Parts: sequence; structure tokens; C-alpha cells
Amino acid sequence: MATTATKLGVVQARPPRRWKWGRFWLWVALISTTIISLFPMYWLFVTAVTPTKDTIKTPPDLFPFSASFDNFERLFARAKDYWQWALNSLTVCLSITFFHLIFDTLSGYAFAKKRFPGRNFMFAIILSTLMIPVQVTLVPTYIVARNLGLIDNLWAVILPGTADVFGIFLMRQYIQTLPTELEEAARIDGCSEPGVFWRIILPLSKPALGALAIFTFVRFWNSFLWPLIVLQKSRNYTLPVGVASLRDVQEAGSVDYGVIFAGAALAALPMVIFFLIFQRYFLEGVRVGALKG
Amino acid sequence: MANVALEKQKAGSLNPIERVIGFIKKYGWGYAFVIPSLSTFSVFILAPVVWSFIISFQDYRLRGDPTWVGLDNYVAAFNSQNGKFTVFGLELEGGVFLQALFNTLYYTLLTVTANIFIGLLLAAMIQPLGKYAQTFFRAAYYLPAVTSSIIIALVWRWMFNSQWGFLNFLLKLVGLGPVYWLSDPDIALNSVTLSTILTVPATAVVLFSAAMGSVPKDYYEAAELEGAGPLRKWWSITLPLIKSTTLYLVVLYTISSFEIFDRVFILVPTGVGNSTQFIVTQIYQSGFQQGRLGVAAAEAFILFAIIASVAVVQFRFLRTDVEY
Repeated sequence: MATTATKLGVVQARPPRRWKWGRFWLWVALISTTIISLFPMYWLFVTAVTPTKDTIKTPPDLFPFSASFDNFERLFARAKDYWQWALNSLTVCLSITFFHLIFDTLSGYAFAKKRFPGRNFMFAIILSTLMIPVQVTLVPTYIVARNLGLIDNLWAVILPGTADVFGIFLMRQYIQTLPTELEEAARIDGCSEPGVFWRIILPLSKPALGALAIFTFVRFWNSFLWPLIVLQKSRNYTLPVGVASLRDVQEAGSVDYGVIFAGAALAALPMVIFFLIFQRYFLEGVRVGALKG
Repeated sequence: MANVALEKQKAGSLNPIERVIGFIKKYGWGYAFVIPSLSTFSVFILAPVVWSFIISFQDYRLRGDPTWVGLDNYVAAFNSQNGKFTVFGLELEGGVFLQALFNTLYYTLLTVTANIFIGLLLAAMIQPLGKYAQTFFRAAYYLPAVTSSIIIALVWRWMFNSQWGFLNFLLKLVGLGPVYWLSDPDIALNSVTLSTILTVPATAVVLFSAAMGSVPKDYYEAAELEGAGPLRKWWSITLPLIKSTTLYLVVLYTISSFEIFDRVFILVPTGVGNSTQFIVTQIYQSGFQQGRLGVAAAEAFILFAIIASVAVVQFRFLRTDVEY
């Protein structure tokens, strides 16, 4: 009762006109930051469908008046490996995601529920690798990949991707919240340890597994530096490396922005759609503490 | 109680082999479940870190045997042989790597400050909105972050284009320019920084607004009773209570700024003199373009040392004991 009264008191104490102006400026600020935030994305898709001759003029067209898919035709003529890049990216991300779905749940389960000597120490070691910049491991990993003949091989991208803290942390946090009674009951009914994991833990972890799959996929879909170093022939590129290689594509002596943007927009599209569908999982995943951006 | 005593007694009477079997029976599955993850971490992170440290004291090239050179790689990074570097227009003796260090620090300081400030501001602005409006703005700010940084950088490169770019078009409208955003050595570093600052810090907005949402409402009501205005409430209640989120974000953004590479690789591929060299672009060049792997390893360890010490200092300064 008392609080309602205070609330009313405060609202009444404010002059209504000023309050409305405050709201107005708030919305102006919010909408303009939204425009600034989304403009590069908008510009990406607009330029992708604008013929190159219309991209190099002042003032630039803010709307795709002369939209055509001409750029995409030229993109596929120039970058013959484009679909191969997409396939490579898909192979890499699916393999890494598959690995993490199983092994992060296993170790997340062990770190959350099992008791064994050294458990906390092992978890601390895994967490502490967060502080190690990936650049430190580049040189030795490159030497090993070279000695094993894995340069230009997708395995060289997939294998190091299996060491990633985020999933273990996420699954541990989630499995800690699951009731222990269910596991106990299964054990009393004669279920083996792998059975408990497979029949109880895995099905109960479905919501977290969804977030884990999405996050892992997106992280590795966008990863750049390591694939750039270890993949050298155009056929073996992943999408980001392939798109980056289009950076200086020229047409009649000037940079062909139409083709570059067609390539970039096509690479961005799946993630944009993915995000719009699974938006909730993404934002939930950020809250657990993951993506840099 | 009796059971424990009995077990202890039993354990004491067992022979070593039976004891090992008992240990495995009791803890084996725990170890079995962590082994896959633990082995990938050992093979792909822990072992490489140790080996990288060793390489950083060697002259390691792709051909020929590595030779021990002591601290030479570290000295070479700071050596003055390769000329001069500039700090705020001041010419100093020093190598490219010193220039890269300075550029990275400059970039980090500006972008981290801007990201935290903008993140706080936007999160505070969407706080009073309804649930759906909040979700909409969070999603709108987050969308560019799911796109590869390479793609975003390509768009910025086009916007920075001195002839046809969008920024010079805007400047022309108010009678200024043209500015050579990416080719003028005095400006290029600032352009790279600007492109980061103008990208909304999505993670910060999402985390700050979650943290602000979890501050108990009665704190504000109590403050209102005491006659505190909105600014006062924000300063004295909101800010202290979201301190741990702020700390996390400062560390997160500091680390990712120190590791800047993708953006630079696209915006200024060949560099504008040394004015757009960063630590990781240096590592990439010395290691994978010039084949001096030892130097690259040493530079990576300098980066590691900086990141670790910055993180420790930030934890000291911003640590919070507030629980709510």
C-alpha cells in the first residue's frame, strides 16, 4: 500500500509535459542508435543487389532502385569455389558442434555431479585456458599440422576447435540445476552409469543443448585467423576466408563492389535467418557469458 | 557413521590391487566422462602453450633445425634497428612492434571505454520500456554481432571509401571532406577505431540490461522515499549493483580489443605504413608471412603477458563484494 502511494506521489510530482518530452527524446535516441547499428547490415544487402555501375556514384542510392541479381551471376563466374566454401564451412561447423554436444555434456555432467579426486583442479585448469589468447597456440599448432601433412585439410580446422571452454561451462551450469533424485532412481533400477547419462542426463539437457549447438556453430562459422593460416588453396577455404579473398576483386580497373558484396551478403544470410529464428537462445547464451561482440 | 568406520576398516585390510579396483569402481566413471574434453585441452591448448614458450627462445623457421637464441626474439621485438615509431606525432626510436603495441593500446583504451559507456547508456535507455520493445531493441543491437567480422569490415571498407563511400557523402552534405579514411597514415588508426566504436556493443547491452533488471525494485522505492532523483538513483543504486557485470565486460572487451585482427586484415590489408600495425597483425606477418616462427611465438607471449596482467589489475580495481 505504502509503495503504491509513493509511486503515485512521484509521478504526480513530475510536471507531465517534461515527462513526455523525456519519452520523446528517449525514443529518438533509441531509434537513431538502432539505425546506426543496423545500417551496415542494410547497406550490405542493398549493395549486393545493386549493379556495380550504380554503386560508384554520388549521392549513393539509399534504396535498391535498380535491383538485380546480376552481381550474383558474376560472383559465381568469378568465385567458382563459392559453394565449396559454404560446404567446407558447413562440414567444419557441424563436426565441431557434434563433438561438443556429446563431450561437453559428458564432462559438464562429471564436473557438476560426480565426485572424484582432482575434479576442481581439472575444472580450474580448463577455465584458466580462457585467459590464454589463441595466438599463443598458433605457432606450435601450425608446426604440428604441417608435420602431419594437414595443411589445406579441413581436419586441421576441426581438431583444434574441439578444445573450447564455453560448452563445458554452459553444460556444467545447467546440469547442476537438474534434480539428483532422478539419477538415483535410475541407478536403483539397475541402470548403468553410461545409461544414466544417455537416458536421464542427455534428454533433460535438451534446452541447454540447443543453446550450445547454436553458439558453437556460430562461433566456428565466423572464425577466421586459424583457417586463414592453415587453408591455402581456394578449394579448401571456409566461407570467411573465401569472402575475405574476394576483397580486391576488380572489374575494368576498379574494385568490383557488386561482386564483393554479393559474396558477403550470401555468406551473412544464413546467420541472419538463424538469428531471427533462434533469437531467444542467442540472447540466453550471451547471458551465460560467451560471444564476443 | 558406523558404515564409514566399517568401510575404512575394510579399506585398510585390502591389498593394493583391490584398493585400485575399489578406487576405479568409485571414481572411474567421473574420470571417464572428463577424459575426452581434458585430452583435447591438453593436446590443443596446454601442450602448445608450453611448446610455444620454448619456441619463443629459438630461431625457428620452417626449413632447417631450430637454434637456441636466448632472449633475442623478445629483444628483436623491441629493437630500434627497424627504425622509428610515432606516438601522438612524436617520433621515437623503436621497432614496428613497439608501434603495434602503442596502436593496440590506443585502440583498446578508446574502444573499451566507448563500448562500456554506450552499453550502459543503451541498457539504461531500454530499461523503462515494455517487454516486447526491450526484446526488439536487444535483437536489433545484437544482429550485426552474429555476422562474421570479416563481412562487417567489408561494409566499413566501402563506407570509408574516399571517393564513393557513405561517410564522405555525409561530410559533403555539410560541405566538408573528402577525408582519406583508410589511406592517410594520420587518420587510418582512428578510422579502424571509429568503425569499432560505431558498432553497438551488443554483449554489453544484453548483459547490462539483464543485470539492471535484477536489481530489486524496493531499493529504488526506498531511495524515492528519501527523495532521490533518477540520476541519483542510477549513480548510487544501479551502478554499484551492476559492478560485477561491468568488470566482466571490461575484461571481455579488453581481451577482444587486444586480439584485433579480422577488421584490420580487411580494412587496411597492406597497412598504411606502420600506422595500422597491431599486435596480432604483427604475429601473423612475422610468423606466417615471413616464416620467423620464433619471433611470432615471442610476440604472442608478450600479448599473453599483457592480457594476463591487464586482467589481474582490472579484477583488483573493479572487484566487488556486493551480493544481492
